[in-house]
Amino acid sequence: MIVRALLAAAALALVTAPAWLPSPYHLHILIMAGIFAILALSLNLLLGYTGQLSLGHAAFFGIGAYTSALLALKLEWSFWLALPCAAVASGIAGWAIGRLALKLRGAYFVLVTISFAGVISLVSINWMELTNGPLGLPGVPPPDFGPWSLRTKRAYYYLVLAAAAFTYLVCHRLVHSRIGRALVALRENEPLAESVGIDGTRYLVLAAVVSAALAGVAGSLYAHYTRFVSPEVFLFTYTVTMVIMVIAGGQGTLLGPVIGALLFTALPEALREAVAWQWQMLAYGVVLVVLVFFLPRGIVPSFERWQRRRAASLR
Amino acid sequence: MEQLLQHLVNGLVLGGTYALLGIGLTLIFGLMNVVNFAHGEFYTLGAYAAFGALALAGLPFFVALAAAIATGALLGALCERVLLRPLRRESIDTVMLVMIGVWIAMQNAELLVWGGVARSIPHPFPTAPLTLGPLNIAPLRLFVMAAAAGLIGAAWLLIQRTRLGTAMRATFQDRDTAALMGVPIGRIHTITFAFGSALAAAAGALLGPVFLAYPSMGDLASLKAFSVVILGGLGNLAGATLGGLLLGVAEELGAGYVSSGYRDAVGFVAIILVLIFRPAGLFARAERIG
Repeated sequence: MIVRALLAAAALALVTAPAWLPSPYHLHILIMAGIFAILALSLNLLLGYTGQLSLGHAAFFGIGAYTSALLALKLEWSFWLALPCAAVASGIAGWAIGRLALKLRGAYFVLVTISFAGVISLVSINWMELTNGPLGLPGVPPPDFGPWSLRTKRAYYYLVLAAAAFTYLVCHRLVHSRIGRALVALRENEPLAESVGIDGTRYLVLAAVVSAALAGVAGSLYAHYTRFVSPEVFLFTYTVTMVIMVIAGGQGTLLGPVIGALLFTALPEALREAVAWQWQMLAYGVVLVVLVFFLPRGIVPSFERWQRRRAASLR
Repeated sequence: MEQLLQHLVNGLVLGGTYALLGIGLTLIFGLMNVVNFAHGEFYTLGAYAAFGALALAGLPFFVALAAAIATGALLGALCERVLLRPLRRESIDTVMLVMIGVWIAMQNAELLVWGGVARSIPHPFPTAPLTLGPLNIAPLRLFVMAAAAGLIGAAWLLIQRTRLGTAMRATFQDRDTAALMGVPIGRIHTITFAFGSALAAAAGALLGPVFLAYPSMGDLASLKAFSVVILGGLGNLAGATLGGLLLGVAEELGAGYVSSGYRDAVGFVAIILVLIFRPAGLFARAERIG
């Protein structure tokens, strides 16, 4: 009951945010939080529901950003065509990596995904003709919506909010379907799941494809928002940020990554005012260690447990 | 032909330090089951410790090297006692996340202390290259190769010939049985992590004067160490040595004949290909990895 009311209030606050936020700077943080929420939700499909940690997730984000930017710049395609193409390109990359790497588990899967991101990043730096190398691609056009340009922060905020809501719905449908139950079964006990006829590799590859495609959507949104793409989109920091958001929010929950994304986009900005920038990343590392030690299951599962306990004591 | 020989020699210099990194990581990974993403940070630590001892404290070069190795061992032991020991019963993924946190924290602590500017580490060797027939090699690089070979030999002796090494190998093969036979597993873990970290610091202190010391230098070092471990097979000392030399030579050849921009891609591609086609490593006699 209380949780429902809280969620409704949070949804209302998000929809009306441009009206009550004091400055465009705060709206910018919220837009970035929305893009990261999509990324965290997509990573959570793999990490939370299949138990496989992809530390190359920035690669799918970057492939989406570059695909969208290149289509818009070189072929002058509209954003509305470039966005699905970005999702498809990242999805294909996810399929390839899934097919190759999901034979492996745990640390070995992690290493293949890191290496894949490393190779893609080197390609983006060295393939001057296509990507303009380290200089990046400036002047990515903002999207149009019919006769209106979504150039303003307020308009873009609603675009990102819609995309984040769409991502949440996709994840919700997927997780509560047969596929989601199969993924959880595989995560909990793979030999047992396979013995009742669940094709492990097929479901894991499917999760990787959906996860990568959603990260590609986030990349496209990022490219058309900042209007600039450079090899920095492949930075490992992005991947680590996504992992922290998922773990802190609560892996294997749908609300966790969203809360993690809001918290860990706002936290560095709050730290920026309190401490020098050099301390920010240091604090990030320490926060990650502390989280694993003291809140290993994340915010949302801990909250749910607290709720259940309270309900039990009231009864 | 002469160019090829030159590339081979340069590759062996690099490869020797890669082997040191790889041996350290293969011990930690194989024996403790810790996916140590902070391994490269101990490499960075070694380079900066050498820089600090030389440029700030004014110690002689060889003392500075020893100081760097000791710093690596000490901080490694501390890291194991404070962070890894309480998590020994946790899953490998949990511990991996903690090591990712340590990696980020250490790298940014180094950025805070030393700043983002790359530092060159002074060394006492003459800069004029020695000419051996068609080959040119800087005396410093020759020393790096010799020192790496010496350290690899020492590591091998420690693992194969001493009581401590026997205990370490027993722990690697079967932790519970080793514990039943009276091997103090906790202490073996601390020593292993300290020893692996010391080897990484040694690699950093040796390669630091050849290149430059900068805070993010450990990122690539970590990935190269993982490539070496995967090439050589988990927990395989000889494999890590060969894998390190192989990776160094392959990188030199790749940079020389294909494209210098893709030098670092060699390690990445090696990881992907070996894990997909020969997950037990190139030199494994039997399947070690499930």
